[in-house]
Amino acid sequence: MDVLIYLIPIAFGLGLTGLAGFFWAMRNGQFEDLDGAAYRILQDEEEKEKAAPGPKV
Amino acid sequence: MNPSLSRFVVTSADHGHSLNLLVDGMHCPSCVAAIEGALKKQSAITQARLNLSTKRLNLAWKGPAELAEKWIALIQGMGYQAVPFDPQTSETFSQKEEKFLLRCLAVAGFTSGNLMLFSIPLWTSDGVEMGVATRTMFQWIQALIAIPAIAYAGLPFYRSAWNALKDRRTNMDVPISVAVILATAMSLFETVTHGLHAYFDSGVMLLFFLLIGRYLDARARGKARSAASDLLQMMAGRATVLNADGTTRTMLLSDLQEGMTLLVATGEKIGADGIVTEGVSELDTSLITGETLPVKAQKHSQVFAGTLNISAPLKIQITKPNSQSLLAEIIRLMEHAEQSQSRYVAIADKISHWYTPAVHALAAATFLGWFLFGHIAWQQALLYAATVLIITCPCALGLAVPVVQVLASGILMRRGILIKSGSALERLAGITNVVFDKTGTLTVGHPELQEEDLYDTKTLQLAASIASHSRHPLSRAVCRAYDGPLLAMTVREVPGSGLEAVSKGKTLRLGKQSWCGVKQAETSQTMQLWLSVEGKKPLCFHFNDRLRSDAKAVVLRLHQAGIATSLLSGDREEIVHRVADELGIAHAEAALSPVEKCRFLEEMKQQGARTLMVGDGLNDAPSLASAHVSMSPSTAMDITQNAADIVFQGDKLQPVLTAWNIARLSQVLVKENFILAVLYNIIAIPLAMAGMVTPLVAAIAMSSSSLLVIANAMRLNLHKEV
Repeated sequence: MDVLIYLIPIAFGLGLTGLAGFFWAMRNGQFEDLDGAAYRILQDEEEKEKAAPGPKV
Repeated sequence: MNPSLSRFVVTSADHGHSLNLLVDGMHCPSCVAAIEGALKKQSAITQARLNLSTKRLNLAWKGPAELAEKWIALIQGMGYQAVPFDPQTSETFSQKEEKFLLRCLAVAGFTSGNLMLFSIPLWTSDGVEMGVATRTMFQWIQALIAIPAIAYAGLPFYRSAWNALKDRRTNMDVPISVAVILATAMSLFETVTHGLHAYFDSGVMLLFFLLIGRYLDARARGKARSAASDLLQMMAGRATVLNADGTTRTMLLSDLQEGMTLLVATGEKIGADGIVTEGVSELDTSLITGETLPVKAQKHSQVFAGTLNISAPLKIQITKPNSQSLLAEIIRLMEHAEQSQSRYVAIADKISHWYTPAVHALAAATFLGWFLFGHIAWQQALLYAATVLIITCPCALGLAVPVVQVLASGILMRRGILIKSGSALERLAGITNVVFDKTGTLTVGHPELQEEDLYDTKTLQLAASIASHSRHPLSRAVCRAYDGPLLAMTVREVPGSGLEAVSKGKTLRLGKQSWCGVKQAETSQTMQLWLSVEGKKPLCFHFNDRLRSDAKAVVLRLHQAGIATSLLSGDREEIVHRVADELGIAHAEAALSPVEKCRFLEEMKQQGARTLMVGDGLNDAPSLASAHVSMSPSTAMDITQNAADIVFQGDKLQPVLTAWNIARLSQVLVKENFILAVLYNIIAIPLAMAGMVTPLVAAIAMSSSSLLVIANAMRLNLHKEV
């Protein structure tokens, strides 16, 4: 039964990680455009992210 | 830069700027790709992301803030309208509420999963097998996980219950809150006293399932975003104003003042109500009136904001500031109507008026009875009372309506009918009257060439070749009627008259009767277009806005079922009466303004009629909102669809009947479910009050009553004829 001392925190920690991940995704707007996301996968490969242009002054 | 634009540009720390735009005119995912692609080609732009659901574009760029105007011009150059907006103010209360519910749902889901780790060992062992120390430790761990979760995830219910109690009423959330809090407190008490019965998991699980329902409900309502705010955004574009010195400038529509002169180019929307001072053109007023045929505009004609200028540039003197335009008036009517509509109380809440006090009285009686006369410890008496509360948990009652609604919505969805409001079915089931709009509702909404066979292919080809150069609805109808190769020719559009072309040295004209050289006025109720070829007798094309193929049958069925029908239209008297006669609708009113339509529905309401309004134009939107229940075809304007409770697809009227049938059927099932839930309580409550049920058995009994209700609702699927 001693193993419970490790297993309980591990199980609990995994659950918390999942919850934290969900909150992170929500905060980052992953659930904002559910319609658009479904279509974006059908679009051609997006251009490689542009290297951030240096500050133009 | 324009001050009204600079207000929206946000400067970030790393010398970049960002701007949120609302893009109008998007129809499909490829528009997203096109807009994002074009913007990303600009070297200064670091981020361009368009949200297809909300039509919002988030732009970020390096460089001066003034570039914002360039980006807007770029998007408008592609044929979309782009209007800046402030994301802070436009995130409505309901969106925040929706996010909060999702967070609560996540917490409840996570917690109920983890609690099971401890519940299963606790459930499967009795008091002897597992030592007291282990059991108490498990219960303490459960308490540590569950109590914060119950405190947080239950907030939507506690708040709502608290608000109801403050107003001295009750709703479904009161018993839920009391049951959850009491169960938690009891479990904590049991844990502290090394007792056997800790049921933290039940409370969390209950919250989890209830939150699923709440979230789905909030999402559905969030989708049907406030109709009024959409309209306001439409009025947020830009317009060109002619200065006194002859120069022009563009300004936001909201800044337009009375007395200014507005320049409206061909294909542009008119920005404000006013009087035409120069130019002759035709206006597409379908936005306001729902009528398909363009209306002629010349000097001294009155024009309204939101209508589209089709054929030639116009100068317009503004007579009303935008806050008083016809469009603004429609918005006000609609908001007013929606507020009065929200007074409707769903069946479940009505029932909770007597259910909640009764249940709590029974629980209190149980406690007092056992405590005073049962000669047992008060803790035990409280446990019995809690059992009564758990066993009478309004789950079955709470599920009785939503389960039927979800199933009914699913069935209707498969038939192309979308239910937007939860109580729409309930309201639809009890209608006594149906009010139809004409154009686009009873008719298909666009003119079609009549008796195509009368014209030979040559003539049709000639007409279609000319007509293909115009966007006039009648020209389009000619093009639709002919499918074949077109002749190449140069065509000139004469505003207000028609099209003129030269082919093989001959002048061809397609347009008005008088313009094609026909003298005598032929009175006809159909729409006409004349084709004249130099040296030949002019030929007349007749058009008609065809009725939906099953309109007559649907009206007949409604009459047979004892439902009265009316036709309210903004169109001309003779056309409206002809359609009404053809369909057998006894009562028809023509040439109504949006305000009059609305007033008409109010009068019907006062006479005790529960009206289903079916309409598609913007002019119908206020009436849709004020009717008892409303439907609109999916070809209607976004705003109108938002105002309607139910949206249907296809070019038939049958969905009106289908929805009505399903609504009535689902109301029968809802009533049966209530009876089942009450029967269950009649059996379970006495047992619980007698102390013969443990909380665990109560929890199981409660769940099975819910399953029973769900199973009953499934019977909706068995009905084939709907």
